[in-house]
Amino acid sequence: MKKEISIFINERLCKQCGICSALCPKKVFTQEIGHPPVITNLEDCIGCALCQMRCPDFAIEVEVK
Amino acid sequence: MATYKDYMLFDKLPQTWCAGCGEGIALQSIAAVLASTGYDKHDIALVSGIGCFGRVDDYLDLNCMHVTHGRALPAATGIALANPNLHVLVTMGDGDGVTIGGNHLIHCARRNINLTAIIANNYNYGQTGGQYSATTPTGSITSTSPYGHVEPPMDICKLAAAAGGTYVARATSYNPVQMRKLIKDGIYHKGFSLIEIMVACPTHYGRYNKQGEAARMMKLMNEQSITPEEASHMTEEELSNKIVVGCLVNKERDDYYTKYHKIIEEEREEA
Repeated sequence: MKKEISIFINERLCKQCGICSALCPKKVFTQEIGHPPVITNLEDCIGCALCQMRCPDFAIEVEVK
Repeated sequence: MATYKDYMLFDKLPQTWCAGCGEGIALQSIAAVLASTGYDKHDIALVSGIGCFGRVDDYLDLNCMHVTHGRALPAATGIALANPNLHVLVTMGDGDGVTIGGNHLIHCARRNINLTAIIANNYNYGQTGGQYSATTPTGSITSTSPYGHVEPPMDICKLAAAAGGTYVARATSYNPVQMRKLIKDGIYHKGFSLIEIMVACPTHYGRYNKQGEAARMMKLMNEQSITPEEASHMTEEELSNKIVVGCLVNKERDDYYTKYHKIIEEEREEA
């Protein structure tokens, strides 16, 4: 059964360091310099929540249902 | 179930650390571990020193104490002895914990005070402009060693283990899952426990040494990481640029308060 995953990015807290988009094992995010990450590949997301745990700015939240 | 958010002051965010600084990852781990232990907030005391990682107390909804540079462990020793029922956490950086306060670390480990010290090692004094500290690797460039650092670095975990620390572990910010596990084991451990967290400093150390942005520094950290088992088969030379991650020391020894309490009880019985 496919998991229902939603990712929230708080753009107010994001400092655009690029850790989440560079280290995501499934390349769920795309990011350009000067912009916060954009979720472009949510169907590949496995809900590991590594992006949330690796975000130093508490800007990402992953919800797995 | 409690989450890390319950132990944090979210209205204080965004935090003051630079973009890509790994200390936010360590902060989230500490809050998540406290949430998973389910301890009451009033049963936890957090002491932080001066430096980048000393700012952890600003964002945690706990009873905190921010003390002078390098003197977080003596203050925590006082708290741990005055009220042995508290879970005492100490957060320090490498400059605070081993360079300026190195003496206190040795004696705290020797006495085996019941507390958990979490040391974030970013190889330099980040808050004051990237000067070298006792853990800066030989040959690396910092603002006070522009031609390469000549001193050999200090291994925090080896120092704590040699001084008598009963739980010593190291984690990198690349692996927050392992970091959570080691911090949790450290908090549950009775006696002096030390967890060294390798964090990236992309603003100073990364730029001076051309290590690239935060994500690349973290990948580099992961490539350098080896387990204690792998390290036992390697020579000193091979180990020179490696980071040994995992639990390095875990042994039982009576802590300072228990020993002192025993003496008091014995004297009372005799009198």
